[in-house]
Amino acid sequence: MSGPEQTTITEPETSTAESPSVALRNVTKRFDDFTAVDDLSLELGRGEFFTLLGPSGCGKTTTLRMIAGFERPTSGEIAIEGEDVAALPPHKRPTNTVFQSYALFPHLSVEKNVGFGLKRKGVGKDEIAERVAAELQRVGLAREANRRPSQLSGGMQQRVALARALVNLPKVLLLDEPLGALDLKLRKGLQVELKRIQREVGITFVYVTHDQEEALTMSDRIAVMNRGHVEQVSVPEEVYDRPTTTFVAGFIGVSNLMPATVAGAGRVRLDGGPEVGADTGDLDNGERCAAVVRPEKLTVSLDGVGAEVDGKPRVEGVVESSLYLGTATQIVVNLGGDVRMTVLVPNADEAERQRLPGGGAKVSLSWAPEHMHVVRESPNGSG
Amino acid sequence: MSTTATTAVSERDITPGRGSLSAETGPARAWRWLREHAVNIAAVLVVIYLLIPIAVIFIFSFNNPAGRYNFTWVGFTLSHWSHPFANTELTEAMLTSIRLALLATVVSTIVGTMMAIALVRHKFVGRRIANFLIVIPMATPEVVMGASLLSFFLVLGTPALGFTTLLIAHVMFCISFVVVVVRSRLIGFDRSLEEAAKDLGAGPFTTFRLITFPLILPGIFGAAMLAFALSIDDFVISNFNSGTTVTFPLYIFGAAQRGIPVEVYVVAMILFFVTVAAMGFATWQQRRAERMTSIRPEQEEADIVLPGIA
Repeated sequence: MSGPEQTTITEPETSTAESPSVALRNVTKRFDDFTAVDDLSLELGRGEFFTLLGPSGCGKTTTLRMIAGFERPTSGEIAIEGEDVAALPPHKRPTNTVFQSYALFPHLSVEKNVGFGLKRKGVGKDEIAERVAAELQRVGLAREANRRPSQLSGGMQQRVALARALVNLPKVLLLDEPLGALDLKLRKGLQVELKRIQREVGITFVYVTHDQEEALTMSDRIAVMNRGHVEQVSVPEEVYDRPTTTFVAGFIGVSNLMPATVAGAGRVRLDGGPEVGADTGDLDNGERCAAVVRPEKLTVSLDGVGAEVDGKPRVEGVVESSLYLGTATQIVVNLGGDVRMTVLVPNADEAERQRLPGGGAKVSLSWAPEHMHVVRESPNGSG
Repeated sequence: MSTTATTAVSERDITPGRGSLSAETGPARAWRWLREHAVNIAAVLVVIYLLIPIAVIFIFSFNNPAGRYNFTWVGFTLSHWSHPFANTELTEAMLTSIRLALLATVVSTIVGTMMAIALVRHKFVGRRIANFLIVIPMATPEVVMGASLLSFFLVLGTPALGFTTLLIAHVMFCISFVVVVVRSRLIGFDRSLEEAAKDLGAGPFTTFRLITFPLILPGIFGAAMLAFALSIDDFVISNFNSGTTVTFPLYIFGAAQRGIPVEVYVVAMILFFVTVAAMGFATWQQRRAERMTSIRPEQEEADIVLPGIA
């Protein structure tokens, strides 16, 4: 396998004594001749907020559905708290799901919707009423108990779906783009609320999303997926600041990639540019790679004017566009050969902003060496 | 619905020139009125055209005909309405028809619903061809179907022509309609609801009982109404396969040769009113079910509508 090495991850310290909350081992899922998930291995710690992030069709939802039991893996093992669940149907698994469409039962009241799972487990009437009331209280819908789902707004329906799953105290809560159908403002509010509830109940959350910002905000750890493979698993800061592949670098944030070649241990040569010292990790000499510099870490200066050379790597290019964004100005610089770099210059000083180069200007870009990061060519293509 | 009406009214209210209406001449005003109400007038004419036969039957059910033929108006009487079931032969036929229709409805609805579920939910060899074959009885001319059923029963030799053969025939032509109606309800069914039920610990049977069945019930109910309506007024197929059994349509056809008794009109009207009431109930039920299960929250609808009115 030429897959990324990061697929096996050391568990967080909190759960070293226990078996992982969810463990996927070499899980593959094929639909006819399409491989949705390819030899995936992941271990999730207990109480972790774990996000599967990737574009549509990357296999994240299929992975979630395999944990829930709606899909059977073609091969591989799935264990929840050490127990192999591969052969169990969904209604016998210790998991609950919040569906993208909410899937609330339209003919039942909010109360009956939330109590549905407890009733199936044979919990007593009084206890059901008590727990349902408490759960509705938690999501702020105590007064809507007797209404029908169709009488609620989208945000409220989302909360009912969450309460319906959480009230059963599952070992793992699976969330399939639960905020995808809501507008931006509501989504932001619910992100905070979801995170609060997760800390409160301490249940492992597996969260599927294609929204990188959402993933960065909420997750303890993120697995970035592409074409059925996991490209990187790490904490949000790590994924953002030190992506390991071109795909991850491109998917998280603005894609500022300069193609390069490894020119010996700790050195890369930018295509048509200088040789720069960088952490090349386990990349081989002569291997193709890319150098990433985040837009806010780049300095733009008019060609030859006032450019500092003292150890800072620099490349030259032509300004393609300059866009005023309010708090910052976004300048796109073409380095030639279809390589474009985006630069964000904070609009701190109006006079300085007036001096920024406009379209067509020849400029050079420079950055502090420690802000450049080398990533390997994505083994699975760019998605 | 109500919103559209409101918008229409408000639009008419702001039609320019309405204030100067009194200044218009008589003919001009009439022409304007005609123009504005042309659609309504056309609609009323069409409805009259559709309802005239029923109105004629209704009126003639109060007739007191001189001879055997109830074709000319002689005088008003309530005697036929006060003894609608005086004609025992007719009442017999009516009861046979109702019994037949009820049985055919129950059997075809159960079998048809199960077939629809199998056709939509399960993958099996020949599913596509089965989906196609199921509509063939609907497309076959009734005369052909009646004749072929008759020869089939005669070749088979048993059961003897009568109520049983009628029931078999009626169930047969009702099933296709039941399958088509229930199938459309199932195709529009959100499968994630069933997944959610399973996810919450319901096994396959519980999921069907608590989620799938209640949600497709309006479709099943509509299918049953359709089956009943098809069965109770079937003449062509029944005529071939009835043997000595007489159903309501068969009785009327026989009676028409020698003059239709007025009671036929009365019983027909009773049947008509019962059907209309049942249809009204079904429609009301359907609306209620749809409102209940609509995905779109009412609040959002209101938000969308408001700017249009303001």
